[in-house]
Amino acid sequence: MSLDKATVAKIAHLARIKTDDAQLDAMVADLNTILGFVEQLSEVNTDNVEPLASVTGHGLPLRADVVTDGAYPERVLANAPDRAHGYYAVPKVVE
Amino acid sequence: MTAEKSNLVTGNTGDWEIVLGLEVHAQVTSNSKLFSGAATTFGSEPNSQVSLVDSAMPGMLPVINEECVRQAVRTGLGLNAAINRFSVFDRKNYFYADLPQGYQISQFKQPIVGEGVITVDLPGGRSKSIGIERLHLEQDAGKSIHDQSPTKSFIDLNRSGVALMEIVSRPDMRSAEEAAAYVKKLRSILRYLGTCDGNMQEGSMRADVNVSVRKPGDELGTRCEIKNMNSIRFMQQAIEYEARRQIEIIEDGGTIDQETRLFDANKGETRSMRSKEEAHDYRYFPDPDLLPLIFSEEFVEAEKAKLPELPDAKKARFIADFGLSPYDAAILVEEQETAAFYEKVADGRDPKLAANWMITELFGNLNKAGKDLSDSPVDEEKLGGLIDLITDNTISGRIAKDVFAEMFESGKDAPTIVEEKGLRQVTDTGAIEELIDSVMASQAEKVAEYRSGKDKLFGFFVGQVMKQSQGKANPAMVNELLKKKLAG
Repeated sequence: MSLDKATVAKIAHLARIKTDDAQLDAMVADLNTILGFVEQLSEVNTDNVEPLASVTGHGLPLRADVVTDGAYPERVLANAPDRAHGYYAVPKVVE
Repeated sequence: MTAEKSNLVTGNTGDWEIVLGLEVHAQVTSNSKLFSGAATTFGSEPNSQVSLVDSAMPGMLPVINEECVRQAVRTGLGLNAAINRFSVFDRKNYFYADLPQGYQISQFKQPIVGEGVITVDLPGGRSKSIGIERLHLEQDAGKSIHDQSPTKSFIDLNRSGVALMEIVSRPDMRSAEEAAAYVKKLRSILRYLGTCDGNMQEGSMRADVNVSVRKPGDELGTRCEIKNMNSIRFMQQAIEYEARRQIEIIEDGGTIDQETRLFDANKGETRSMRSKEEAHDYRYFPDPDLLPLIFSEEFVEAEKAKLPELPDAKKARFIADFGLSPYDAAILVEEQETAAFYEKVADGRDPKLAANWMITELFGNLNKAGKDLSDSPVDEEKLGGLIDLITDNTISGRIAKDVFAEMFESGKDAPTIVEEKGLRQVTDTGAIEELIDSVMASQAEKVAEYRSGKDKLFGFFVGQVMKQSQGKANPAMVNELLKKKLAG
């Protein structure tokens, strides 16, 4: 598998990473090297092997349905660049 | 499945069939969020129910709420669906101001609930099976408010991280009416189970509707998705508008673009939401912060044993035990509280009479007054008391309607009103005969006509006698005695 420049540009856009044309060429090379490295895994025969989402074999630990957190809007908003009336205020996004 | 004629829409080139599939987002009833201990109460101060997990502070880790898992399993069982004892959480990646993580934790390839089926109730007592494709657990996003400032959008993260069940149907619906029936039935089942309050105004339940059209018997057409419908009425309007739009485009030689659309309730039309199109590349991958969700068969069986009697079972029981029509039974079981009210009224009384009085008089008056059963001035005992007076012939059905209106107005019980207003039915033969005699005396001409063969006048005499008695005479006795007297 190898990525072309247009695909890398699209991925960058989806991740909201601003890239100029010169950077893109270097990224294509880097990403293809990484993919080539990971691709070594495909040398292993995985026929009849179930996909594995976790290597520990454990299931998800569960917590009780109790309110134990929240009620600190000041802490939540502490890092907000802008706020108004208890809300985060962000540049207008309109559909 | 062959197309039902009554559902087809007529275009310039013949009949078209509408094909609908729904994705319903139902907020799980729980005290705290899916992956954090923050509260879920509706309508709190902005950002007051947000933990550092929900606001996506670096280093915070999600821990799943066992009650949300239980609720999803209960819902799956209520939808007659396969329960997957092994499921996986994935990240669905997109950028939006009210999604601080930059991804929504959802389930993609391995959801907690698989295929199921529900039966929906259609007008005229008909019903239809609608397939469920899957149900998965996911996080809700925050809320954006766009209309409070000319230059800013305001973000409230109280809803961020609240557990949702996304319930995906098969494309089995063929009309706006069927889609409405599906949402109503789903809502009813969720409310019986107590897994979602079904409150569409507060956004606890919202539907995305996939709409396509085709000539009957053809392959499925290209679909458009109408997002975020939070009213059944608007959903029906949106479907009808969208189907008509698609038919017109195809009949004019055009093709349908697969896209997301929004319904504008003011204009009554759908419009394209093109800005979101690129975001459809969600790049799902298993969430590395979360192990697979695994539970035992015993857990599922224990939940199954705890399920309440669900609407379909209750409806079947009402039809079998009380002799109700499927239509009446469907109305009475839609809400658990209504069914319980009905069972109390029907207890030891004529069940059909009880159903008629609830559906026609009680619901009619509640609707007019804009009230719910929970704040009805006439409770189970009072309605039962009224029915008892009809059954033991103390009052006629006609008078009972007036008594009911008075009960609804004043909150008094039926015997009190009957006594106060002297509405007790006249069953004294002598008294009724007196009334008949006086009517016959004042209508001598009509009596002669009747006797010379104008049978139809009988109804007129009944009416006159009842009027004389101010509605209080026993109608059966009036009929009987009048017949004898008129015969001479």
